Amino acid sequence: MLKILKYSFYDLMRSRWSYVYFIFYLLLGVVLLFLNNNLSKAVITLMNVIIVLVPLIGTIFGVMYYYNSKEFTELLLAQPLKRSSIFLGQYLGVALSLSMSLILGLGIPFVFYGLFKSNDIWDFSLLLITGTFLTFIFTALAFNIALSNENKIKGFGYAILLWLFLAVIYDGLFLMSLILFEDYPLDKLSLFGTMLNPIDLSRTLILLKLDISALLGYTGAVFKKFFGTNFGLIVSIIMLSVWVVLPVLRIVYKSNRKDF
Amino acid sequence: MVTVENLHKKFNKNVVLSGIDLNINEGGIFAVLGPNGSGKTTLIKTILGMVIPNKGAITVLGKNIKHNSEYRSKIDYLPQIANFPSNLKVKELIKMIKDLRGNTNEDVRLIKLFNLEPFLNKKLGNLSGGTKQKVNIVLTFMFDSPLIILDEPTTGLDPISLIRLKELIQTEKAKGKTLIITSHIMSFVEEVSDEIVFILEGEIYFKGTINELKTKTNQPDFEHAIASILIDNHA
Repeated sequence: MLKILKYSFYDLMRSRWSYVYFIFYLLLGVVLLFLNNNLSKAVITLMNVIIVLVPLIGTIFGVMYYYNSKEFTELLLAQPLKRSSIFLGQYLGVALSLSMSLILGLGIPFVFYGLFKSNDIWDFSLLLITGTFLTFIFTALAFNIALSNENKIKGFGYAILLWLFLAVIYDGLFLMSLILFEDYPLDKLSLFGTMLNPIDLSRTLILLKLDISALLGYTGAVFKKFFGTNFGLIVSIIMLSVWVVLPVLRIVYKSNRKDF
Repeated sequence: MVTVENLHKKFNKNVVLSGIDLNINEGGIFAVLGPNGSGKTTLIKTILGMVIPNKGAITVLGKNIKHNSEYRSKIDYLPQIANFPSNLKVKELIKMIKDLRGNTNEDVRLIKLFNLEPFLNKKLGNLSGGTKQKVNIVLTFMFDSPLIILDEPTTGLDPISLIRLKELIQTEKAKGKTLIITSHIMSFVEEVSDEIVFILEGEIYFKGTINELKTKTNQPDFEHAIASILIDNHA
């Protein structure tokens, strides 16, 4: 698996897109720091971008890489290699190179700005950790979609739909259900609903860490009581890990049964 | 060497293989023939484990291939359509395959044999079909495995390369290896193969030597014998 990982990683590192992605984050970091002139404000703005953009890039890159490396995959399948190592190697190659672009691209400007001397280092690290989690989650989901769809256009369509659903539509439905059932106590339900969507989960996790939960009203207080504690943090990290592990298991399952 | 028992495979509702039983003995050249869409490539891909059968068992060198990947180190496979990662250079591809399968020095001799030196630093996406096929042949023959599977090996080759390929096949046969070949070029099959198996609509229609086929169909030459099978079954 490590050899496949190495080749996929180098393959991506040589492609223009990882640099574009890296430079985009580098510029984003520099511009935000320059405009806000304040670390913690820059972290908040950054969060709004990361929460939406990272899943999108992960999804598109994942689907694109799978379809583009079809020839490479077929070549590998005739070699004495396990299917699971071929596909997990490719998956990790994509997810790691994307995470590296994210961490280095954002990390460099923040470090130069004086991150290590600031109290915001924990908030910033949490931002990068959730960003990495989101990359791994959405790349794995994208690989799942690509494995199940031979047709590229269909695969891309489903992948974009999935991103749109989790990033936008889910929130809408969630909000509507809250309004619809406003007569009932909803704090447990909304807590649960947040847990089920990795994007919402990441957003809530960061927002509450940033101590601006007063803006969120009563539900905010319930959330704060849950996410603000170490218990909540651990449960959230476990949920995000589950979101990585389940799609990865399906990659293994699906790839072992597929015909090439 | 290779045994196939009661092999069934369908893609969605399209039945491709229905109950193939086949035994390929060690040593010699074995040709798999059949019209387009008869299931030749599917049969080969199931032996390689790239296509998962719905029913049936396959053993290669005495080992059941189900949930096994190690047996492929005993097989050299030449795929039908040479699809390579287009942004890799020829040299890098050869190095990569060596890294994955183990080292060999045969590639140097084969590259010379097929005059591929000028292409070593070119990207695979920029090569012509015939040159890609030559790279494909180098990748297949550079390892010393007891079983060699060639799917349409003659595609796109110029006459000189075709002669080189035939020589290469004969040298490997002389070493006591088993070769499985599919081809639509009947003269090529007649020239190289010791035994043939004819697949028609997912079943084995004939297995034996070319002479046996000629007697069975009452035809004087191989090409007409094959044509008569096709005409009898489609008319």
